[in-house]
Amino acid sequence: MADASFGFSTLQMGELAIGKHVHYILSVEKKKDSFESVVMDHLRMNGAYWGLTTLDLLGKLDSVNADEVLSWIMTCQHESGGFSGNIGHDPHILYTLSAVQVLALFNKLDVLDIDKVATYITGLQNEDGSFSGDMWGEVDTRFSYIAICCLSILCCLDKINVEKAVSYILSCKNLDGGFGCTPGGESHAGQIFCCVGALAITGSLHHVDKDLLGWWLCERQVKSGGLNGRPEKLPDVCYSWWVLSSLIMIDRVHWIDKEKLVKFILDCQDLENGGISDRPDDAVDVFHTYFGVAGLSLLEYPGLKAIDPAYALPVDVVNRIFFG
Amino acid sequence: MHGRPRKASKPEDEAASTTKAQKLRALQTQFFSFHHSKIYTKEAVELSAKLLEINPESYTAWNYRKLAVEHYLSQPDCNPETVKSVLDDELRVVESALRQNFKSYGAWHHRKWVLSKGHSSVDLELRLLDKFQKADSRNFHAWNYRRFVAELMNRSEKDELKYTEDMIYTNFSNYSAWHNRSVLLSSLLEKKAEGFLSKENLLPEEYEFIHQAIFTDPDDQSGWFYHLWLLDQTVTTDHPLLVSTWPAHGSDVFLVGDRCQNGSFSPFTTVLSDSGSFPIVLYFNQPVKGVSSSTVIIECGFNKNEELLWEPLSVSNSQTAQVWVAHLKCPTSELDSSVEISVGYSKEIVSPRGSQYSHPSTFSFKVHVQPVERDSSRVSVAENILWREENFKVYRAQSEESIPIPSFDQLCIKNGHESTASNWRTEALAKEVECFRELLSLMDCKIGKLTLARLLMAYDVMSFPFANKLVHSEEVLELYNDLMKLDPTHHRYYKDEHSLVLLRKMTSSEESLLQHCFQYKDSVSSAIGNPICLRLNNLSLSRIRAFERLLWVQMLDLSHNELESIEGLEAMQLLYGLSLGNNKLRSLTALEPLRKLKSLRVLDISYNRIGDHSIDTTRYLCSSPLSHSVGSELNDVALINYWEAFYMFKDLNLNQLDIVGNTIADEKFKSVLVKIMPLLKRLDGELLD
Repeated sequence: MADASFGFSTLQMGELAIGKHVHYILSVEKKKDSFESVVMDHLRMNGAYWGLTTLDLLGKLDSVNADEVLSWIMTCQHESGGFSGNIGHDPHILYTLSAVQVLALFNKLDVLDIDKVATYITGLQNEDGSFSGDMWGEVDTRFSYIAICCLSILCCLDKINVEKAVSYILSCKNLDGGFGCTPGGESHAGQIFCCVGALAITGSLHHVDKDLLGWWLCERQVKSGGLNGRPEKLPDVCYSWWVLSSLIMIDRVHWIDKEKLVKFILDCQDLENGGISDRPDDAVDVFHTYFGVAGLSLLEYPGLKAIDPAYALPVDVVNRIFFG
Repeated sequence: MHGRPRKASKPEDEAASTTKAQKLRALQTQFFSFHHSKIYTKEAVELSAKLLEINPESYTAWNYRKLAVEHYLSQPDCNPETVKSVLDDELRVVESALRQNFKSYGAWHHRKWVLSKGHSSVDLELRLLDKFQKADSRNFHAWNYRRFVAELMNRSEKDELKYTEDMIYTNFSNYSAWHNRSVLLSSLLEKKAEGFLSKENLLPEEYEFIHQAIFTDPDDQSGWFYHLWLLDQTVTTDHPLLVSTWPAHGSDVFLVGDRCQNGSFSPFTTVLSDSGSFPIVLYFNQPVKGVSSSTVIIECGFNKNEELLWEPLSVSNSQTAQVWVAHLKCPTSELDSSVEISVGYSKEIVSPRGSQYSHPSTFSFKVHVQPVERDSSRVSVAENILWREENFKVYRAQSEESIPIPSFDQLCIKNGHESTASNWRTEALAKEVECFRELLSLMDCKIGKLTLARLLMAYDVMSFPFANKLVHSEEVLELYNDLMKLDPTHHRYYKDEHSLVLLRKMTSSEESLLQHCFQYKDSVSSAIGNPICLRLNNLSLSRIRAFERLLWVQMLDLSHNELESIEGLEAMQLLYGLSLGNNKLRSLTALEPLRKLKSLRVLDISYNRIGDHSIDTTRYLCSSPLSHSVGSELNDVALINYWEAFYMFKDLNLNQLDIVGNTIADEKFKSVLVKIMPLLKRLDGELLD
């Protein structure tokens, strides 16, 4: 594990400033008064997942007060069993997964009434196998992934109709081998991660044309070494996760130049204040810090814990759930 | 969160930000109190609009507005005018939010929700969409919304197709328009709509259309994938076909027990069978389901009443696979019998998309069984197979045998029914080849070379086996070599393609295949029937395929290559001995295909990279509890850290395993392996007790 206390002056070019990033994440967690922070208030549960998973990958999960985090999480749970993005907000499947993932990080899944959470999620499955985000009915393959990932972590995947869930996801498969948010929706790396992840967890990857999708995905790598999310778009660090994890799940990651991608991610660091941005010299945020570090983990950057490409949690956390 | 420049925050910026934040927080607090108390007065609802104007991502506010709408619509004094006014308000709030962030999921969904209440018109919505298209033609929210509106208001697919055409003529670099075009076109083709009845007439026009995009700017990816789809439409037949079988049609199979009597049988057709049965392998051109004893009828002298169990060779509980196998039990007494197998005379073999297997076929072969001499006093000690150069000698055919490899021509079933209809396909391919050769004469470009390579391979595969030779292999291999230099970022992709072409070339003719056929020269090997060993070592292969021509292989040497994956190897059901030594396998889970090889007894995975990597790229491509493809069968606590070894090796019936030269293979690991495989006789050359 790299020494987190080295200062700026000793940092070489092309190195991961672990200490800076840990400091950045902890400071964001405390800073709630800026406009940027208030505007993201509603997705604090996601933010907790991004920040805490990054800390765990860097070996620094013990820098936070677990009890505080856990009690705040539980106050976000509603009668329905679902979790909201923050206190006062309505429940939604997005924040339910993040809550469960954070509990898994701390090995505290036992504080949950699993049936209650499972009931919330199974209630969101529609006739055609798709999932709504909440009672208001927005349908998106992101929610299919969330439902499958969440129930799988809780070891009760069989509570949903898996066959129909899979067939709905397959109905969103496009002719370029990728997946969209709804049937006919354009292929997008984020949606592809969700669909491939869901298919991976349900043992359904044989439905994916790995060569076709693999080629589409590897062509996301542009000259700068970064990855974009779909053709003719700008590269962005968050695609280092979505494209990369998808490539790994279908065993085609060797089709990109990993070294160039590592360099791109490292170039997106703010070496002064910590944090990682979407592109070099842009403003940093926790979202991109997480995806940058997670991407580096998938690229086997030294000193980082290994992350699981389907569950987006450290491998030891996932193994603990399935083999513990 | 995206595209904001990094700048040091000045104190005046921070102060302004804090003020803005306080205002927003106050707004939010007030909103929550209205929401939680279920207050839907005009003033309360207007407050939520203000909140959404500043922050359209505040999803609870959209929920609140829906509750407010439902509240108003359920009032007793509600009439069509109040409904219109209420819903119009919602549409206005959505527009204003979209101006703030035209990618807001919450805003778009709210608009859909309002529309589903039966308000607004196609014209209004399409005008709104036009505005968004002009602002950003790649906005997938807008394209999805367009699809939603088209369906809700019954706009025809043909009209929508015309729209994609207009968008593309405005700007060829519009991947979203090409994508939508592919969705609409394939839907119209599937429905056999008027004017869309035959691919033969449609594809040439589409090819001309896409050429304009690609040739205008070959480095723009917008047209690449659409072109690849057109190529796929040209080459692929919807209906699944049987490509290859083992035993091959017209062949003679000699089954011997655990000791072969003499060497008078051809080593190509003598199969060692220590289980009293042999596999029947069906290799289709695409994954199918529905292969069973009612869709595949077997007629043979022995085994009249037994219902065969057909197994799909795929990971997990999927009932779909490209390769299917069943094991036919043969009697222990001497036998010469004919076996006839009929495939697909009933309609249940289908592709996952529902296309029926359309070419019922029958193949037959003869089985000759040699009686097994059970002499327990001469039970042979498991010999150590050493995959060394000096242990192999090239196979030389005896003079009488003109075609040693059984029915090589019949290994691949001729699908002649398409011979007249396939003319348009080969013509289309030939035309494309011409176009891309012309492009390359004008400029050296990656997509030109890659497409030409794909076209030439497709052309050869389509003409073969009639042509019985892959005419363009050399040129294709050259193209991939060029591409590795031209586009080094994707070097490994081109390397993999190169390996596949090389393999196809080597297995495409009997002469080239024979050059790789050897026999293990140790006299003790007669104990294993002295089969042919196909040696494909030292070829820099990074990937393997083309197994349909290799179903007869019992010993395979793939050592000294660059393999990281053995995907597809499960098809080789006769494999008894396999060497993957000195390759680049990086994890135990990559061995998944071997779990389906019931005859495998000798495995060499020495000198690979197993244990070197923290990230496992086949973690979800193997049977394990992680992918819910097996239950939690691992009950021994001591083996939890060795779960990969447990799941990969527990069902293998190996006699010999070589694993030295892998980081993972320390003494502890080897003792774990011995525990998992109690029947293993030899590990890294050492005899086990």
